[in-house]
Amino acid sequence: MNPIPYVIAAYAVGVVVVGWLCIDAVLRLRSARRRLAAAEAGRVRR
Amino acid sequence: MDATVSTPRPGGWHRFANPGRFLRLAGRVTPPIAWAGGILTAAGLLWGLFIAPADWQQGEAVRIMYLHVPSAWLASAGYFGLALCALSSLVWRHPLADLAAVEIGPVGAGFAALCLATGSLWGRPTWGTYWVWDARLTSMLVLFFLYLGHIALIRAFDDPERGYRAAAILALIGAVDLPIIHFSVQWWNTLHQGNSISLTSAPKMYIGMLAPLLVSAIGFTLLFAALVLARLSAAVMERRTRALLLAQVRSA
Repeated sequence: MNPIPYVIAAYAVGVVVVGWLCIDAVLRLRSARRRLAAAEAGRVRR
Repeated sequence: MDATVSTPRPGGWHRFANPGRFLRLAGRVTPPIAWAGGILTAAGLLWGLFIAPADWQQGEAVRIMYLHVPSAWLASAGYFGLALCALSSLVWRHPLADLAAVEIGPVGAGFAALCLATGSLWGRPTWGTYWVWDARLTSMLVLFFLYLGHIALIRAFDDPERGYRAAAILALIGAVDLPIIHFSVQWWNTLHQGNSISLTSAPKMYIGMLAPLLVSAIGFTLLFAALVLARLSAAVMERRTRALLLAQVRSA
C-alpha cells in the first residue's frame, strides 16, 4: 500500500486544525481588544 | 505604633489574578511564544517530512509520527492543565482558573481530534485499518469525549459559577483517563506500539528521527501555550468590556 496519500492527508488535517485554532484566536483577540478600547473610550467620554 | 493594617501582597500565581497585570504579562510573552512555536513546528514538520529517514518497517508512513505524537502529548498535557485549573478553582478559588479552563478546553479538544485523525491515517497503511477498539485508541477517544463534555458542561448553565463548578468536577474525575492512556500499552496487549520515549530511560529511537520529533513537540507545546494565552487574554478583555458596558447602562 502506498502510504504517501495518508501522510499528505495527515499533514493537511494538521494544517487545517492548527491553522483554524490560530486564526480563531487571533480574530477573537483582535475583536476583544477593539471592543474593550471602544468601551473604555465610552467611559472616558462620560 | 502604626495602627494601619496593610493588605498582604498576594504571592505565587495569585499575583496574576489581577486582570490588568495578567494582560500586560500575556501581551508581552504571547507574540514571542507564538512566533517561536510556529517556526519550531514548521521546522520540525518539514525536517520530519523531507529530511528524516523512513522507518525500516513502516516505510514513509512513519512521517505521520511528527504530527501525531506531539498532538497526543499535548492533548494529554492540556487535560492535565484543565485538571490543575479545576483544582485551583475548587481549592484556592483562583479567579482566572475557571476562565483558563474555558479556554484550554477547545484547544485541547482540537489537539485530541488531530491525534485521533492522524493516528487513524497512520493506522491504515501500517495496520491495514483506520480504527481498532484497542486500549490506547479507545482511552484517547474517551479523552476527546471528556473534552467535549467539559466544553458543553461549562457553558450549560445560566449561572456561570455553576457551570465552572460542574466542569471542574468533571475535569478532576476525567483526569483518571490520563494514566490509563499512558500505561495502556503496558497494561493491555495492544495493537498500538509501546512508548519509544520515556523520562526514565534512554529513547529507543534513532537520533535522526528523535531530533525532528523533539523540535516538533517543543514547537507544538509553545503554540499550544500561545493559543491558550491569546484566548485567555481575549476572555479577560471580554469580561472587562461586559463589566464596563454594564456599569454604563446602570449609570445611564
